Amino acid sequence: MFNVLDSAVPIECWSCSLGHTHSTLFCPHCSKIQPPPGGDYFQVFGLRHAFQVDLSALELEFHRLSRKVHPDRFARAGENERQFSLADTALLNDAYRTLKDPLTRTEYLLKLEGAEIGEEHSGKDRKDVSRVPDDLLEEAFELNMQLEEMRMARKTGEQDPQLQADLEHAKQKFDGLLGAVDEDLHAQWQVWDAGDEPVQSAAQDRMVALLNRRRYLRNLVRDVTDTLGAN
Amino acid sequence: MAESNQNGHVETGRVVGIDLGTTNSLVAYMQGDSPVVIPGADGLNLVPSVVALDPVPPEGGRPTVTVGNTARKALIETPERVIYSVKRLMGRGLEEIQSELKMFPFRLADDVESGEVPRITLGELRFTPPEISAYILRQLKRNAERFFGSPVTQAVITVPAYFNDAQRQATKDAGRMAGLEVLRLVNEPTAAALAYGLDRAKEGTIAVYDLGGGTFDISILKLRDGIFEVQSTNGDTHLGGDDIDNLLLTIALDEIHAEHGVDLRSHPGAVQALRKAAIDAKISLSTDEVARFDIELPNGDRYQREIPRAVFEMLIEPVLERTAGPCKQALADAGITADQIDEVVLVGGSTRIPAVRQLVDDLFNLAVRGKKPHIELNPDEVVALGAAVQADILAGASKTTEEMLLLDVTPLSLGIEALGGTVARIIQRNSTIPASATEHFTTGVEGQTNVAIHVVQGEREMAADCRSLARFDLRGIPPMSAGLPRIEVKFLIDADGILKVTAREQRSGQAAKIEVKPTYGLTDEQVEGMILDSFDNAEADFAKRLLIEARNEAETILSAVERAPRSPAWKLLTGEELAAISAARDRLQAVKIGEDDKAIREATLGLDQATRRFAELMMEAAVTTAIRGKTMEAANEDLGEAVTAPHPMAAAEFK
Repeated sequence: MFNVLDSAVPIECWSCSLGHTHSTLFCPHCSKIQPPPGGDYFQVFGLRHAFQVDLSALELEFHRLSRKVHPDRFARAGENERQFSLADTALLNDAYRTLKDPLTRTEYLLKLEGAEIGEEHSGKDRKDVSRVPDDLLEEAFELNMQLEEMRMARKTGEQDPQLQADLEHAKQKFDGLLGAVDEDLHAQWQVWDAGDEPVQSAAQDRMVALLNRRRYLRNLVRDVTDTLGAN
Repeated sequence: MAESNQNGHVETGRVVGIDLGTTNSLVAYMQGDSPVVIPGADGLNLVPSVVALDPVPPEGGRPTVTVGNTARKALIETPERVIYSVKRLMGRGLEEIQSELKMFPFRLADDVESGEVPRITLGELRFTPPEISAYILRQLKRNAERFFGSPVTQAVITVPAYFNDAQRQATKDAGRMAGLEVLRLVNEPTAAALAYGLDRAKEGTIAVYDLGGGTFDISILKLRDGIFEVQSTNGDTHLGGDDIDNLLLTIALDEIHAEHGVDLRSHPGAVQALRKAAIDAKISLSTDEVARFDIELPNGDRYQREIPRAVFEMLIEPVLERTAGPCKQALADAGITADQIDEVVLVGGSTRIPAVRQLVDDLFNLAVRGKKPHIELNPDEVVALGAAVQADILAGASKTTEEMLLLDVTPLSLGIEALGGTVARIIQRNSTIPASATEHFTTGVEGQTNVAIHVVQGEREMAADCRSLARFDLRGIPPMSAGLPRIEVKFLIDADGILKVTAREQRSGQAAKIEVKPTYGLTDEQVEGMILDSFDNAEADFAKRLLIEARNEAETILSAVERAPRSPAWKLLTGEELAAISAARDRLQAVKIGEDDKAIREATLGLDQATRRFAELMMEAAVTTAIRGKTMEAANEDLGEAVTAPHPMAAAEFK
């Protein structure tokens, strides 16, 4: 059960008015559905903070909880119950969506742990927030030149097989680097999950750097793919 | 789930499932453990989504509205009093529907202003699209009530998966106007999956390809232990069989103009008759290799044309090709390849076209993997059947569906307009609904008490390129220094795919007032004012109403039969047929006086069946007459909205 928040203050059930110390989805006394409990997405699934998550167990739990709280189960219930079911299910869905994807999960947990991460959703204008990683400076510069050339050539309708081949080669290379970043991230997950506080703090810093590097690489790969794709 | 109401009556509390389609609408319910379509008074399952305004009665008063097959008959004789395909206008603004006006004979009221919900002229009256849909829904509600012999007040209504917020809200409004509490809006492809998933405890990934009259949807679902989890959805809310009809119609009109010097475009009745011929040709080409047009023109010429299937397929290829992009995007969004799709379900009348089946086969590599798409359930009915399954789930009273749960997604990303007109996405497309996002806003000017927020739906980078959903005004913010207020706004997409917004100023703890101004849509008060007739909901009058309705239906058919001998088609009937009609008429006249509404209905149905061949003969005659232009002289209408769509094929190639 969604035993979420260890609240010291008893919470009064909206229906039977009896207090319950644990914020749960259903009142232990009258079994009526309750408003969304506080706490984070991990607590929704009764999980401790960890970067590694058993995805098939997560899915099973998501389905089990969905069956209990989904608005379809309360279509003909009273107004309160319908509202709480809606809010609880929104929380459950938001939590599942965030935790099932390795990247959103990593970013979410890093933020919970107090790390500063570049804003994701603000789109284009924010993408340069992450500095170009030093070792990529030269190559990235060259790649951007080539991309610019390619776009110019496209405009004038020219064909440049050499440039095309260079870009495809570069895409492969950056794809490979992206894969390497993901491997490093996985390694840091394990370190953090098993480690004590100083170890975790170091792993966190490492992951933040990796995420920045990843974002930068992903944008590069996307630009190359878009430019090649427009062929 | 029987429960007693205040009057002591036992209410069955049945929830019906409704497919409110572009071309046809249906109502279904769960009979035991399988869904069944409820037929109308004419014994037919499909109710054409056509609404006609009868002539004003000679004694004055408000003219009555007819729906379905009767309304369709009026399409040729009084096209200015009839509307079809209104689903294309649901939840859309004046600017958005301009392209529809070129293709469909929608007569807009001329006093509609930008930002208002457009109104359609039918004869003397004007209706918003939700009102027209409400008439269709009311007809379905009545069909169900007649069938059960008890009131029906709750329904599940299906919508195209790719419908946006405004289109969904408009559909819900229509339900309310029709006296129905809409317990849930369900996406059409998902409903189809439910209908198929009922009798097979399957696990796996399925794709639902739904090409209907006016909309196209593709959904990819994962089935596991009775949970139907939608992975991704995509589509085009303006792509369907209508587009194929328009293509054929445009070509025929152009050819008639070029070869015979007759411009039928200014004759709406003739255009409708020709449209019917085009639809018949399209349908026959799903089974035959050649379709033929043979139509007598006003100047006595004949327009004769053969359309081989190969030519037809070449013509419609660009239309069908438009479904490929959404399919590929849906696969990409679900993170799978075509080969990982275990089953494909075909939905919508247009999937009967062999070329569509071929395209689907190619898109999902079916034949090469030894697979076939599912077509076991009637593609016209499967969505309504699925809606009935969902209705049963919501009613929560049946063993058959108690393990089933549908987890659907929002088809479009939700965003807010940020500085510079860019979109900050707050809920990504294909997020499982209900879904929520919380954003914080502040003020930019000292003492500012209002903050305006613009919410958009769509995938483009710039807000101007997305669909404007609503503008919110956060008001009543306590005056503070610029940037100090912290207003938390919660966006929640509910299980119907409709956005709800709440806001709170956190420093003062004050709840900021929100004034939600949907970009296109009706206010609550407007919807209240459009509720069809409250009489519909009065339970005490229910039995009386059933009887009155049964008698009215009996009167309608009896007076039609009385006029029938004047029609030339009457003379084509055999002596046997005439005797059958006469016997059925006498029987109806006898039971009509009684109080038994069921007996009256049965007798009405009997007479309807006895006269069916006559009705067909009349329809054929009406088509010919309309094309000869006779009816049009009577209608005396000059309409500028006839079909003007360009078409890619030169007339000469259409041979």
